[in-house]
Amino acid sequence: MKHSYIYADNAATTAVSPKVLDAMLPYFTEQAGNPSSIYKHGRDAQKAIEISREKVAAVLGCTPTEIYFTSCGTESDNWAIRSVALRLGEKGKKHIITTAIEHHAVLHTCQYLEKQGFEVTYLPVNEDGFITAEQVSSAIRNDTALVTIMYANNEIGTIMPINKIAGICHERGVLFHTDAVQAIGNIPINVKEQGIDMLSLSGHKIHAPKGIGALYVRKGIPLPNLLFGGGQERGKRPGTENVPSIVALGEAITEACSDITGKARNVERLRNKIIDGIITIEGSRLNGSRENRLSGNANVSFLGVEGEALLLLLDLKGICASSGSACTSGSLDPSHVLLALGLPHEIAHGSLRITISEEITDDDADYIISSIRDAVGHLREMSPLWEEVVNGKEHTRKLLKFVSEIKTKS
Amino acid sequence: MLYSKKVMDHFANPRNVGEIEDADGIGEVGNAKCGDIMKMYIKVDGDIVSDCKFKTFGCGAAVATSSIATEMIKGKRIDDALKLTNKAVIEALDGLPSQKIHCSVLAEQAVKAALSDYYRKNGIDPEPIMGKIDAHKSEDE
Repeated sequence: MKHSYIYADNAATTAVSPKVLDAMLPYFTEQAGNPSSIYKHGRDAQKAIEISREKVAAVLGCTPTEIYFTSCGTESDNWAIRSVALRLGEKGKKHIITTAIEHHAVLHTCQYLEKQGFEVTYLPVNEDGFITAEQVSSAIRNDTALVTIMYANNEIGTIMPINKIAGICHERGVLFHTDAVQAIGNIPINVKEQGIDMLSLSGHKIHAPKGIGALYVRKGIPLPNLLFGGGQERGKRPGTENVPSIVALGEAITEACSDITGKARNVERLRNKIIDGIITIEGSRLNGSRENRLSGNANVSFLGVEGEALLLLLDLKGICASSGSACTSGSLDPSHVLLALGLPHEIAHGSLRITISEEITDDDADYIISSIRDAVGHLREMSPLWEEVVNGKEHTRKLLKFVSEIKTKS
Repeated sequence: MLYSKKVMDHFANPRNVGEIEDADGIGEVGNAKCGDIMKMYIKVDGDIVSDCKFKTFGCGAAVATSSIATEMIKGKRIDDALKLTNKAVIEALDGLPSQKIHCSVLAEQAVKAALSDYYRKNGIDPEPIMGKIDAHKSEDE
């Protein structure tokens, strides 16, 4: 696909792929039957849903009856966490373990449960953005109902030690849920081999449309209803199925999960090229580790620059990216993920997230690098904060240890 | 979030960026922790603000509000510059998203801080003229 812009925000969303679009389109028109209807039109739609469920199950290494279609990753996260809390909370298990850098779909669900009398442990991450299995192990208590830890972080791309964590949860008899929205299609996953009890995923990060997700729940784990109504999704998640999007998810997940390692190799090479091209800017830093990181993710902070301004300049140059700056989120605080790494607000405000896909070329990467270098230079020219940093002002000195060396005047 | 064409124009082509070396008044408001600092320089000739420049660390709206504020007071009588309000800044930019209103407040305060500095340098207490200015500075600066 040729665009007039460079799309470098794949962690936010992706375009529907031509193959996926082709697969889903008939279900809007000539095959638009209600899957609950008895005639052929309806049966065909039902069949399409079950084929899609088989595809999702095949990719995850589970059985189709363990897959529930939902409307998005957020819904899957909410359902998984709240269903365990509802069920085990009644038995006195009112403790949940998660991390400080989860997506808000998990964090805000946990905060809601805290108001309902649950206790939540938010494991802190190290300066590279990781938690360890040992941290999970020492946080587990007799009344722990659930451990919910994201597979890979959406902002800094760090991949958590899921196998070890799942292993520990099993040893201790605690359920383990993971939000794999960013991991799916980037990391090979097999829920059975890895011992994952519940997993959330979303379609629009892997070239299916927005508005479709799925939840895997291991057989044997009772799942309370999310909604009440008809018999769809084995009565657990009633509501007439979104057939075109369900079909799209099956197609998209199969595409995304074929040759993951092969695709990742080239994406990673270009991602590294971008990182190397911009962290050589003085006063910058790479957020998150280089190792165990999603192949397309780069997250860099530039001291003296505000993230939203940087994004707007890149937008004017035809590059779509994202930031952890408070100004893009509408809140006063910059990204909770960057703050959890121990970054001061001043530096977290100046962050840029680039998430590329295999559509990016070497020329695109070069253009991204030169555009970022120009934009950072332009904003620093008018930045009183940068001026103070360069002039070696006392109150800015504490910021220097977080970024690469700066030629100061004093 | 949607910025008006005017905001994008002032962000992409900010007017009066820079410093005035022999400025008659300098005002700095905001703080880096909150993600915006505005520094305003003015030159005064008689009772006219003959020149005005700015430097800003902040988002698109912070840059645009500073830029248009310099245009709105440059060449104006001090009395008129003192009357600049954040509302006038918002109107001149054809509106601001609600979460960016504070940028217009900062722009107004940056102008007032620069004028206060000018008064102080000339041995005049600015407080009776314009009241106390909340510079939104954090405590550790």
